[in-house]
Amino acid sequence: MSTRPVTRLDARFAACAREGRAALVTFVTAGDPGYDASLAILKALPGAGADVIELGVPFTDPMADGPAIQAAGLRALKAGQTLAKTLAMVRAFREGDTTTPIVLMGYYNPVYIYGVDRFLADAKAAGVDGLIVVDLPPEEDRELCLPALDAGLAFIRLATPTTDDKRLPAVLANTAGFVYYVSITGITGSATPDPSVVGAAVARIKQHTDLPVAVGFGVKTPEHAAAIAGGADGVVVGSALVDAIRASLDAEDRATPATVPAVTALVSALAQAVRGVRRAAAE
Amino acid sequence: MNAVNAPNSFRTGPDESGHFGIFGGRFVAETLMPLILDLEAAYKAAKADPAYREEMDAGLKHYVGRPSPLYFAERLTEHFGGAKIYLKREELNHTGSHKVNNVLGQILLARRMGKQRIIAETGAGQHGVATATLCARYGLKCVVYMGAVDVARQAPNVFRMKMLGAEVVPVQAGAKTLKDAMNEALRDWVTNVHDTFYCIGTVAGPHPYPAMVRDFQSIIGTETRAQMQEAEGRLPDSLIACIGGGSNAMGLFHPFLDDPSVAIYGVEAAGHGIPTGQHAASITGGRPGVLHGNRTYLLMDDDGQIIEAHSISAGLDYPGIGPEHSWLHDVGRVQYLSATDEEALEAFQLLSKLEGIIPALEPAHALARVAELAPKLPKDHLMVVSLSGRGDKDIPQVAEILGSRL
Repeated sequence: MSTRPVTRLDARFAACAREGRAALVTFVTAGDPGYDASLAILKALPGAGADVIELGVPFTDPMADGPAIQAAGLRALKAGQTLAKTLAMVRAFREGDTTTPIVLMGYYNPVYIYGVDRFLADAKAAGVDGLIVVDLPPEEDRELCLPALDAGLAFIRLATPTTDDKRLPAVLANTAGFVYYVSITGITGSATPDPSVVGAAVARIKQHTDLPVAVGFGVKTPEHAAAIAGGADGVVVGSALVDAIRASLDAEDRATPATVPAVTALVSALAQAVRGVRRAAAE
Repeated sequence: MNAVNAPNSFRTGPDESGHFGIFGGRFVAETLMPLILDLEAAYKAAKADPAYREEMDAGLKHYVGRPSPLYFAERLTEHFGGAKIYLKREELNHTGSHKVNNVLGQILLARRMGKQRIIAETGAGQHGVATATLCARYGLKCVVYMGAVDVARQAPNVFRMKMLGAEVVPVQAGAKTLKDAMNEALRDWVTNVHDTFYCIGTVAGPHPYPAMVRDFQSIIGTETRAQMQEAEGRLPDSLIACIGGGSNAMGLFHPFLDDPSVAIYGVEAAGHGIPTGQHAASITGGRPGVLHGNRTYLLMDDDGQIIEAHSISAGLDYPGIGPEHSWLHDVGRVQYLSATDEEALEAFQLLSKLEGIIPALEPAHALARVAELAPKLPKDHLMVVSLSGRGDKDIPQVAEILGSRL
């Protein structure tokens, strides 16, 4: 074990491992379809079975995202979401939940414009646990990754099918919390990963790190989630939840009474599926 | 320029990590990182291989039709009554613009790397046409992403690409222009990493693209140097070129960056005017940020959200600029000016009437600033304007705007 303090992320993944199961990591876009509805969704996620929350930071040009998350970001921006409001949302969530880890996921420019040092201080104070910034590979670690680690925030790296054994050590070098394995070459919510291939890839990554490995991109249904959960420490579901939100909106893209239940119903089904798969408690 | 802070040379960038000062870099998803490193290695190897240089030279001469003339625009010069104006005739290249210089280099590189499928983004369609052309020439599959708005306003080029066998994908996201086409091309690349080569059309994107595209376009400046020497026995006194991403400008400028006697002007698209906010002038009206793989001047709001650009010219309608331009601006080597839609339209007509050359709307922006600069300069001042493309593609759009005025 490392000497760094046990964080909410470490504690949560360790607890799931003790239960002999994978963690369910849920992604929603902050501010989709509006601030209040989004905060209500956020607050309902842990009770429905989400172990870790990824909160998408909207950006006009989400180059790694498919149509579902692109549209969610645009809905949030249209409703007036900003990075400052996203941090406020995390603060509001923390008033009622001090244990569920929250990871902000997005692109670098909004953070860069907010100011890296100011952002890290505000995010830490708000109760953010980690960051996933899609367009910051290890080659750009000086930008945000190293300052984030200094500030006590985990910088969670994406490993992909194109990340070979030669490159893996560099990708894993300054990461913490968990490793996010992108199960396909492609954008979010597109192809469906093959569980056996994913299991082998996770095993390969685990030869290089003690960190938990969560798998995402393309996991859409409880059945997919269960199939992936057998070979990973966490399963990430995003586009399917965002689609459930979209399907619950009215003609003007506003939340309806069906919005929060649509998300919690899917999260409950996913949680049940993930919890139904027993894993060897080998951590 | 502050001589104390000036570097010894303006031509040594980027550094090994792809930075020009604070600009440039490799801000891409992990999936693409190994591809970009492969590309960098392949380009480095190709540059060192005389066979690659020979193949390039032969293609530039026999297929593209280089060298392009450096033409003394006698009547334009008389009209302004000042500087002696030369036009670097990139519009005479095969496919009608400077874009082909870069595409030839990248397609030959893609062949060396064994890639069979080429993707590209395009705004005005000039880069798309050049890419479709060389894919036809070498029997490669070609997919071009183009904003749906641009598909509508650049219909002749869309037809040309299809004739050449390319698949043109209209992009419906965002403002449906060049920025959105580039997002979609990046999404394709991240999905089809194994067989696909992304042929970027300008001096932007993640390292090594800005440097590589500049190298391919530097033929413009290298030829200009030799041609001016032959015509006038000396270097030009000033250079001027339009800038969207900035590849024709960088190609003309780069060989002259270390000649302090040469004044250099880049002209951004001011759209309806900088104060209106409806423009595409990233340096004049933007600030440094990160998009499409590099740090550079961008149009954005206070939350770091990218703002849609506006220009009459689809080729300049982009909220960013190549990172080397951002650096040249910050160190003060190049002066960045702008021209409005209206000024560009006037220059478009002026060159047509005085020289019998219908320019594309993109270089018409540079000509618009020539109209202001040239009259104030002495008659022995040698000014080179990059005539980066021809106006055929713009005829339907300009006819619609000017229809009632002609």
